[in-house]
Amino acid sequence: MPKYLLLKHYRGGPAPHHPFPPMDQWAPEDVEAHIAFQRHVADVLRENGEYVDAQALTPTRTWVRYGGPDAAPVTTDGPHPETSELVAGWYMIDVESYERALELAAYVSSEPGPGQEPLYEWLDVREVMSEAPAAE
Amino acid sequence: MTRTTPPLDEGTLRALVPRVLAGLVRRGEDFDAAEDALQEALIEALRVWPEHPADDPQAWLTTVATRRLVDARRSEAARARREEAVHAEPPPGPTEEGDDTLFVLFCCCQPELAPASQVALTLRAVGGLSTREIADAFYVPEATIAQRISRAKRTLRGRRLDRPGDLAVVLRVLYLVYTAGHAGRVDLVGEAIRLARQLTLATSEPEARGLLALMLLNHARRAARLDAEGRIVTLDRQDRGLWDTREIAEGVRVLQSALAVQRPGHYQIEAAIAALHDDAASAEETDWPQILAWYDDLVALTDDPVRQDPAAVLGRAVAVGHVLGAAAGLRETNRLREVLGERHRWHAVRAHLHELSGDLTPAATAYAEAARRATDVAERDHLVRQAARARASLPRARDDPTQGARGHCGRRPRGRDRVPRRRAGAR
Repeated sequence: MPKYLLLKHYRGGPAPHHPFPPMDQWAPEDVEAHIAFQRHVADVLRENGEYVDAQALTPTRTWVRYGGPDAAPVTTDGPHPETSELVAGWYMIDVESYERALELAAYVSSEPGPGQEPLYEWLDVREVMSEAPAAE
Repeated sequence: MTRTTPPLDEGTLRALVPRVLAGLVRRGEDFDAAEDALQEALIEALRVWPEHPADDPQAWLTTVATRRLVDARRSEAARARREEAVHAEPPPGPTEEGDDTLFVLFCCCQPELAPASQVALTLRAVGGLSTREIADAFYVPEATIAQRISRAKRTLRGRRLDRPGDLAVVLRVLYLVYTAGHAGRVDLVGEAIRLARQLTLATSEPEARGLLALMLLNHARRAARLDAEGRIVTLDRQDRGLWDTREIAEGVRVLQSALAVQRPGHYQIEAAIAALHDDAASAEETDWPQILAWYDDLVALTDDPVRQDPAAVLGRAVAVGHVLGAAAGLRETNRLREVLGERHRWHAVRAHLHELSGDLTPAATAYAEAARRATDVAERDHLVRQAARARASLPRARDDPTQGARGHCGRRPRGRDRVPRRRAGAR
């Protein structure tokens, strides 16, 4: 079965379906509904036998590269253009098909936002390359 | 326990680990090789004892481990075999023989080992956990922990381990195990408490008892720390009826015996602060002046607390806020801006102090800043909730038509798409 990453972003991606404020400015019950839904998604994936992993990333980003021989790594932590993509986290799923991955991603995207209306958030669906087949 | 037919009691078996290991190393065996041999003897015990229990388990393990050591000298293959085989391992159990525990703890907590290696080695050689259990506890691949342990042991190989070790390092390692134990399938918190308890039998150093007291006094609040939905409940909102009074009583007893020695240290003082929180029947009855006095002692332990112990200065700022007023507390946090300004705790404390003074707008902003910097999901979610709650309490927020009451927390919205179910029988 192929594995997919369903990537969520802090920013970047296609134009949002509709604008919404950051979560700390939502009504408390909307925050609760949103967090409850995320937990619910992970539970459902586990129940379905499709769950591999789920992780969240902090929004702090540091770009780093080799500094050259005998030099410290070169880093930059910004500022980055507001349009640059910033991954917020992912679900990794192990599913029967690409279509199933899209179906689950769409479900994740239906997560409740302000007013507990669906966020229609864009998700980035990426197939994970499988390891080379083991010698038999 | 009688010497006849001890059943396969895994707690007892695990308690024997540091004793047998100490015996082998004291006899002159290499720590690395002895630990390997003992792991093999344990596997053998789990296999053989159910049908043929040992009369004297400690002697049995020593004999089998010694035989393995002889084998191992003949064959390097023993190592590979052992690394593959470790599986079923016992739950925690009581133990005595503190000297051996301390000896093996010193071996595992050699200052030149990295903290992660000290922790892994301690959990295996003193705690008797398997490599797999340690890996599960830290959410890393088993091979990673196996490698960490074998590298650590390689560092120790051939070293004479007969000098007294550094107790401060041992205490730090046990505290690391304790703080790492909040999640995971393995009860590291229970393990840390068990090891700290063993340590207090081995040394009369009051800081060891201070550490055990601190663990007990914090652990006592565990049941109240999360609600049924897994949400963090802050100390001031916890249901104090859920606190473990027996554990608090033990923690206080241990702490008093440590303080009686009159050589206060970091762990004793932190335990004293935890005890004062545990002692309050309600958040309002918290004895903040006493807590502040202990924090004064805590920051006095270092020459430059802002740099050497900023967590203590931050904790003190909260106490200052409760005793002298939020503005005074906030002034205290200003000193830490340079050191902790990028940490979520600093922003969370400032948010709390703003809220204490009724300044909800800066409180909400600071909670949101804290949420952005949080490094664990439960904490991040908690801080976002705090921000939303503070903002919703603002008078102006009530006029916002998008923020009206809208059903209870966690309600699934009406008409939401059904969960796409996996097709039955799909593989």
